Amino acid sequence: MRVACERAGTHFHPQSASDYIPRHHLRDLQLARLQAELRRTYNHVPFFRRRLDAMGLRPEDVRSLDDISKLPFTVKTDLRDNYPFGLFASPLEEIVRLHASSGTTGKPIVVAYTQQDIQVWTSVMVRTLAACGLGKGDIIQNAYGYGLFTGGLGAHYGAEGLGATVIPISGGNTERQIMVMKDFGVTAICSTPSYFVHLIERAEEIGVDVRELPLRVGVFGAEPWTESMRRHIEERSDIKAYDIYGLSEITGPGVASECQAQNGLHIFEDHFYPEIIDPKTGRVLPDGERGELVLTTLSKQAMPVIRYRTRDITALIPEPCECGRTIRRMQRISGRSDDMFIVRGVNVYPSQVEAALLAVEGTLPHYQIILTREKGLDAMEVQVEVTAEVFSDKIGALEELYRRLVCSLEQTLALRVDVRLVEPHSIQRSEGKARRVIDRRNSM
Amino acid sequence: MKIRQLSLFLENKPGHLLEPCRLLARDGINIRTLSVADTAQYGILRLIVSDWERARDLLSSAGYVVNVTEVLAVEVADSPGGLVKILEVFENSSINIEYMYAFTFGRQDKAVLIFRFDRPDEAITQLQQAGLNVIESVEVYKSGGLS
Repeated sequence: MRVACERAGTHFHPQSASDYIPRHHLRDLQLARLQAELRRTYNHVPFFRRRLDAMGLRPEDVRSLDDISKLPFTVKTDLRDNYPFGLFASPLEEIVRLHASSGTTGKPIVVAYTQQDIQVWTSVMVRTLAACGLGKGDIIQNAYGYGLFTGGLGAHYGAEGLGATVIPISGGNTERQIMVMKDFGVTAICSTPSYFVHLIERAEEIGVDVRELPLRVGVFGAEPWTESMRRHIEERSDIKAYDIYGLSEITGPGVASECQAQNGLHIFEDHFYPEIIDPKTGRVLPDGERGELVLTTLSKQAMPVIRYRTRDITALIPEPCECGRTIRRMQRISGRSDDMFIVRGVNVYPSQVEAALLAVEGTLPHYQIILTREKGLDAMEVQVEVTAEVFSDKIGALEELYRRLVCSLEQTLALRVDVRLVEPHSIQRSEGKARRVIDRRNSM
Repeated sequence: MKIRQLSLFLENKPGHLLEPCRLLARDGINIRTLSVADTAQYGILRLIVSDWERARDLLSSAGYVVNVTEVLAVEVADSPGGLVKILEVFENSSINIEYMYAFTFGRQDKAVLIFRFDRPDEAITQLQQAGLNVIESVEVYKSGGLS
């Protein structure tokens, strides 16, 4: 395994050893951990115990990993309904940290960590950053928000655990981010991909060419993005852009990460057990089939979560990765089962819109989808910001751009779409997650 | 000979023309002339200003997409047939006028027109051969230089 790593051109971090565990050992470890996790949850979380009892199930009924499919799913509303501390499996005196999700509707979801949970979380973030080719000597600018959001502190502990130099700059204040990046000789940045696009644009406006800085790696997560957006970022900034995945309910960032092959995200399966289900029927799908990702924590103490429906759409990749890691990969998230919207009976994911826009040369991924209803019919408008690359002083050139955007969108979505060219920066920027869809159909 | 024109993308909405003009005014940059090409959705504001480099930097750091194009300023008699004289130069030529607009003021009995040609260098030669005055750029940027 050491050979594989060195061939990939990275330093080997001891924490990454678990990425290369032989598969049969991994499965034994997963089963032992799953059984212990189930016993712990059953004994300490009344909500879970009542649910199993009602189904006539006991933790001992799970004798193999496949038996996990007998267990009920946990959904987001279960977490919300037990606000704030109802799903904790540890007494408060053992809990050293609380985080909470940004609740867009109603109460947030509270998640808890024991000292050991923090150590596990740190270790998976160390493995994440190591997989992205980072190590001692790297200067990591952590632009994820610090606070109740798990992104900031998750990446922070990981970067420190790795032995890198971490700059805890948090999100926002783009000009200061650019100054720090330049003056401190930053080699890696952690942020959402859309925020980094915003940062490169702002840098260009104030005369800083990110390509000329020592920055070489971007660790991007917390929102779904596309392969074409990766190409766009890599060309504009001359860095390697890696996709990472995580969610607060499970631990925060550090659930899965790309390696230097940039071909799927390795799930840290020794701590998080993945399944793919059909979102409609709940049936478990075989490896390779696309569906909703379901995760079970295998070593979480403070707040174990069994069969959590993430709403994220992906597929597991069973084939071994060229990097030599044995932990399985999943495809990059292609959408959310609840992000999907239906326009005149057609299922649309924002990621499809993004791919269609990027297919038109020079178009930046700053866009927003506005859904309205006209005379009882759904209407979809895609607002696209005009950039320096595509802008012309001639009306004809802009009209041509408009036609190409409409054509690309209609071909991709098989749907009539209105396009509106808008001024740069007129679409609200995300310091965190981009708000891609504004649905006004119910207010009409 | 060639004059730098700034173009800005603006949405066709109330108040959107004001902001860039206000920025220039605040910094003491004089708009020598302008034109707006518009569609129902958006417009292109084309500007000739006293200091195009400073104006460009000012507008782009305010977040506008600014495009710099080379245009020509041609002087003709401010009398019937003045414009025809210029257009006739290109009557049998393959040079295309992409768009044109008039300067806000001329000098005495002369009018000044701004042209965007697809091949500006050839256009200059042909205009000069026809005895027309293609105005030097310094004169155009100069505050009050043409009045």
